[in-house]
Amino acid sequence: MPQSKNKKLPADPVPRETELALMRAMLRVRRFEEKIVEVYGAQEMKTPVHLSIGQEAVAAGVCLNLKREDYVFSTHRNHGHLLVKGAAMASMVAEMYGRAGGCSGGKGGSMHMVDPSVSCLGTSAIVGGSIPLGAGAALASFLRGDGRISVSFFGDGASEEGLFHETLNFSSLKKLPALFVCENNGYATNSRLCARQAHSDIARHAGAYCIPSVIVDGNDVLAVHKAAVEAIAHVRSGAGPFFLECKTYRWKGHVGPDCDHLKGCRPKEELDQWMERCPVKLFKNALLKSGVLSVPVLDAMLKEIDAEIAAAWRAALAEKMPLPEDLYKDVYRQGIF
Amino acid sequence: MPWTKVLIDKSDFEDTLGKQGLRGLSYRDALREGQEQLLESDPSVFLIGEGIDDPGGVFGSTLNLHRKFPGRVLDMPIAENGLTGIAMGAAIAGMRPIFIHMRVDFLPMCMDLIVNHAAKWSYMTGGKVGVPMIIRSITGRGWGSAAQHSQALHALFAHIPGLKVIMPAVPYDAKGLLISASADGNPVLCFEHRWLYDFTGYVPAEKYAIPLGKGVVRREGKDITIVALSLMVYEAIKAARELAAEGIDAEVIDPRTIKPLDEEMIFASIKKTGRLIVADTGSRTGSFACNIAAAAAEKAWHDLKAPVRLVCMPDTPVPASQVLENAYYRGKDDIVAAAREICRL
Ligand SMILES: Cc1ncc(C[n+]2csc(CCOP(=O)(O)OP(=O)(O)O)c2C)c(N)n1
Ligand SMILES: [Mg+2]
Repeated sequence: MPQSKNKKLPADPVPRETELALMRAMLRVRRFEEKIVEVYGAQEMKTPVHLSIGQEAVAAGVCLNLKREDYVFSTHRNHGHLLVKGAAMASMVAEMYGRAGGCSGGKGGSMHMVDPSVSCLGTSAIVGGSIPLGAGAALASFLRGDGRISVSFFGDGASEEGLFHETLNFSSLKKLPALFVCENNGYATNSRLCARQAHSDIARHAGAYCIPSVIVDGNDVLAVHKAAVEAIAHVRSGAGPFFLECKTYRWKGHVGPDCDHLKGCRPKEELDQWMERCPVKLFKNALLKSGVLSVPVLDAMLKEIDAEIAAAWRAALAEKMPLPEDLYKDVYRQGIF
Repeated sequence: MPWTKVLIDKSDFEDTLGKQGLRGLSYRDALREGQEQLLESDPSVFLIGEGIDDPGGVFGSTLNLHRKFPGRVLDMPIAENGLTGIAMGAAIAGMRPIFIHMRVDFLPMCMDLIVNHAAKWSYMTGGKVGVPMIIRSITGRGWGSAAQHSQALHALFAHIPGLKVIMPAVPYDAKGLLISASADGNPVLCFEHRWLYDFTGYVPAEKYAIPLGKGVVRREGKDITIVALSLMVYEAIKAARELAAEGIDAEVIDPRTIKPLDEEMIFASIKKTGRLIVADTGSRTGSFACNIAAAAAEKAWHDLKAPVRLVCMPDTPVPASQVLENAYYRGKDDIVAAAREICRL
């Protein structure tokens, strides 16, 4: 199957409710991570945070189109994926504060979020880990014939690992219900893509394994959404895996709440250009212009989101710290399953 | 001897060796200088690793070397396994690569090439083809680095015949062991600890080599032998100071290389003290501390007056929450407690 690069997207209008839901999902991720930026300096959130500010359109455009039982696997940069998939916000926050009531019992921190109730079975901070695990969950669905699909989110850097290629090959061979979503933000830590690959389109690898793919503007949430709808339909139909590459950009440093251009990690002009193309701002302006959104509706939406975030923080901080002896729990899962 | 001194902080250095006009260098700068001198003196040496040419420069240990040696300090794709093979291929074809990982935790990605290939090449080729390659990696600790970013896996590699394993604890050794490792002609894994990077110690400006397999007595004592690896050397020195106040005179041995291991130095010390504690940064089961204890049980049994005690990390992955991190890490207090216990037996 040839790679269908920049395939024409369906012209059907997106329903108003969907547009509002996309807007809301992006704002929710943005405000959540901005809150992390705000509190991080207090040094109470003792976990390395990899923020996705600037990349929210990908999480929103893909995860809103998934069912609760569809699997999502993610990376060190996982907050957006889990939030939009419906993971409990307060227990994610509690995890970042090292609380016993955190989603991983304080064992994992920001890099290892989990919420099985919404089919998020864990996130790996070893680059590439999310890729075969997602395909493995797709294999489970395939063997059971239960109609679920599985999404692996990963970065451009992860596509350089051997396991990316091994997984694509196997998934294609077995026609697994797997959706591969590459968030190509142009960097792996401080290394530019051009210092690591001879080409800048990650989706071209998919063609080598006969997996259809689309490259979209990852800062255009409608484009991501439309491509995701098609991709998910393809995967769910049993036609095999699909590869979605979203070109985007992260605003903050690789890890931590600060921008890194002053440290010489990348040119300020590059960051400025991408900030001009802020996915949240672009969509907000488009919706205000088309009348789907009004200023009062937007304000109400923001107020509601901020209230949810404030409540999540309150609930998280009210959770207890683990006991020292909890160290020894969970090395093995207890009980009979 | 100034290079055997363990200096807990910078002022420690300035008050002692600095006053004698000796040059102090941090651990990171010692590593950097060692690599710089290797690059200068040997055109077959090159450095490769993820982001080694970025503004952080692997916590400073490769900072700006790419400017001084263009084309010989290489950034790479996120492809540890394949690149281990590529580095090894270059090594068997006459180069001396230094492959650098920001975290020890990325080494499991490279297992096949290290364990099945690099470790065995000399043997499988009847000694005709060697692998002169260094693999540096750093153990992280704290701030919720957690299970996938704080492991100490040196014992796994020491287990594999054909590999050599160095664990420099002080700046002097970081530079000197790296220089010997590069000349060794075999695959050498260098395990560093992130918390060592800021420590300052005496480092001569010239290029010098410390033989692999030679330990050093960091502190002489007559009552108990504490063999300590990497960061645990500092914990052991602090413990020894505390024990001294209680009348327990501890000898602290830093093997520096765990494979080959300077068993003779350890046995000689046990002969004097009759008691052994081994302090290791890895988790207990299958730890390198177990190997040292086993060697003592086999070969120094008649000199031991008390059971051996191991101070290792627990058999759990490393947790994120600070409360749990504090419960996880072992150090000075555990060494002191173990020493008190076996000295009173
Ligand atoms: C196997 C492995 N190698 C290296 C690292 C260190 N590391 C963490 S994130 C990262 C960059 C990953 O880049 P990319 O996949 O593009 O994701 P992004 O951070 O851009 O979201 C690297 C090299 C790691 N965690 N795991
Ligand atoms: Mg990236």
